[in-house]
Amino acid sequence: MPALGADMDEGTLLEWLVKPGDEIRKGDIIAVVDTSKSAIEVESFHTGTIERLIVGVGETVPVGTVLATIAEQAAAAAPAVAAAPAAAAAPAGPPEAAGPPEPQRARKRPAREPAARAKQRRQPVITSEKAQPAAASPLVRHLAEELRVDIATVQGTGPGGTITRADVQRAAIAGAGVAEPVTLPPQPGVAVTAAQPTPARPTVPVTARQPVTPLARRIAAELGIDVSKLTGSGSRGAVREADVRMAATARAPTQAPAQEREQAMRQAIGRLMARSKREIPHYYLSNTVDMTAAMDWLHQRNRELEVTERLVPAALLLKATALAARQVPQLNGYWEDDRFAPGDAVHLGVAISLRGGGLLTPAIHDAAELAPGELMAQLRDLVNRARGGRLRRAELTEATITVTNLGDQGVESVFGVIYPPQVALVGIGKIIERPVAVGGLVGARPVVITTLSADHRASDGYAGARYLAAVSDLLQRPEEL
Amino acid sequence: MTPEQARNVIDEAISQIAPDADLGSLAPDADLRDALELDSLDFLNLVESLSQRTGRRIDEDDYPQLATMASAVKFLTAR
Repeated sequence: MPALGADMDEGTLLEWLVKPGDEIRKGDIIAVVDTSKSAIEVESFHTGTIERLIVGVGETVPVGTVLATIAEQAAAAAPAVAAAPAAAAAPAGPPEAAGPPEPQRARKRPAREPAARAKQRRQPVITSEKAQPAAASPLVRHLAEELRVDIATVQGTGPGGTITRADVQRAAIAGAGVAEPVTLPPQPGVAVTAAQPTPARPTVPVTARQPVTPLARRIAAELGIDVSKLTGSGSRGAVREADVRMAATARAPTQAPAQEREQAMRQAIGRLMARSKREIPHYYLSNTVDMTAAMDWLHQRNRELEVTERLVPAALLLKATALAARQVPQLNGYWEDDRFAPGDAVHLGVAISLRGGGLLTPAIHDAAELAPGELMAQLRDLVNRARGGRLRRAELTEATITVTNLGDQGVESVFGVIYPPQVALVGIGKIIERPVAVGGLVGARPVVITTLSADHRASDGYAGARYLAAVSDLLQRPEEL
Repeated sequence: MTPEQARNVIDEAISQIAPDADLGSLAPDADLRDALELDSLDFLNLVESLSQRTGRRIDEDDYPQLATMASAVKFLTAR
């Protein structure tokens, strides 16, 4: 059982995607594990044949427990190699036991051995997805089978047209062809996900009732709340998420699992953030960036492209933050054992708020090397999977710097809390038109406030200032991003 | 395209992105992003879906016209 993120000390095996006798390759996803934060896909660190599944579905075991054994083909005489997760678990189950394992401890060793880490990170699963467009991971195919969705008819929205879990779920829900009620596989803690088969043309009003936002409806379904009995606080009396949550709190005991899960997530975030503020001497900087060049370039570029290839400004901003992190390496890496360990590449953690509350910060690997379009595709895939599907182990444990973007929520500037043991968090606000003086003349220009929260143990304000200046400079030459 | 057809297309596109959207109660002049709690990636998915369903190119300059149900219907029926 690998350590899969914030303060995890145990995990529940949700699903085996392999059975004894199956041939697997290093990097193949072999199991799905539930943590307080999310269901996470766990890959194998070995190539071989599955010999025995040791931990059963539904079992909760501590970090470090061997989940399965894999017989390596070359060494046929010496079977019983501990399964992948145990490899990650070795550093994850610290004997010092001063507290729960830290989220990125599993990364510790690789961080010091860049070569080994690079190898580990090259997950065939990801490359194979890229190699075969329209492909789907075993997990997604499995889901499609369960939901009786013909995978051939599903349109992929993942990188390179890969079919994601969300695509399959959408197909299942939208699919008028599904005769039986669709039931998504239960996610522990979540009361469940019984997606009412929506007619393909949902123009028929179900009943005359007060408006309910989709988010509120979804949460209500999860929490088992009858929205028709609620009083809405939104415009035109619309029932909003907050109304549902209030109703759920009012009648707590019946829906314990969902609440427990939410609570567990809050506790995990709480522990980590408290540790950050307790241990990390944060310093904060901000900079207002002129986005005229970037927005013009984006507009021009998008004008020539189909919708599927268009970029949102966030993609450019993320690319600039990743490139700047490469230029100012003091901000890209970890503070461990009283010293700074630089990251071997820029793995950009992206804070993604979950519709049900809470957040995840999965990483886009090698973000500085990706073309903006590719980065955009990965961002969309990551958001879809964080919210609707599942993330992979490496995505939750390998970020070297994190970005939080609250621009969509209308926030102008955000000063975030560093995600330990990382040493910097970049904040992005809303792009707004402001009067700006250029060459003595005042004009209206799009600007965005970028901020940096950085660990003063690892860097000084000077490095932080260089970082924000680099972000700004890069955004003035968007064609080079 | 008639207004009814346009409305159907929009409903279908929205239900793809927000499968549980209560479209029957959506006011024609309500801001879609606000009412459906869509972020910029969701909105892009909506544009993509509308474009695919209508076979019509929707440029960024057209986005403001997709702000509400009423304006979106008008936009899709205009050309």
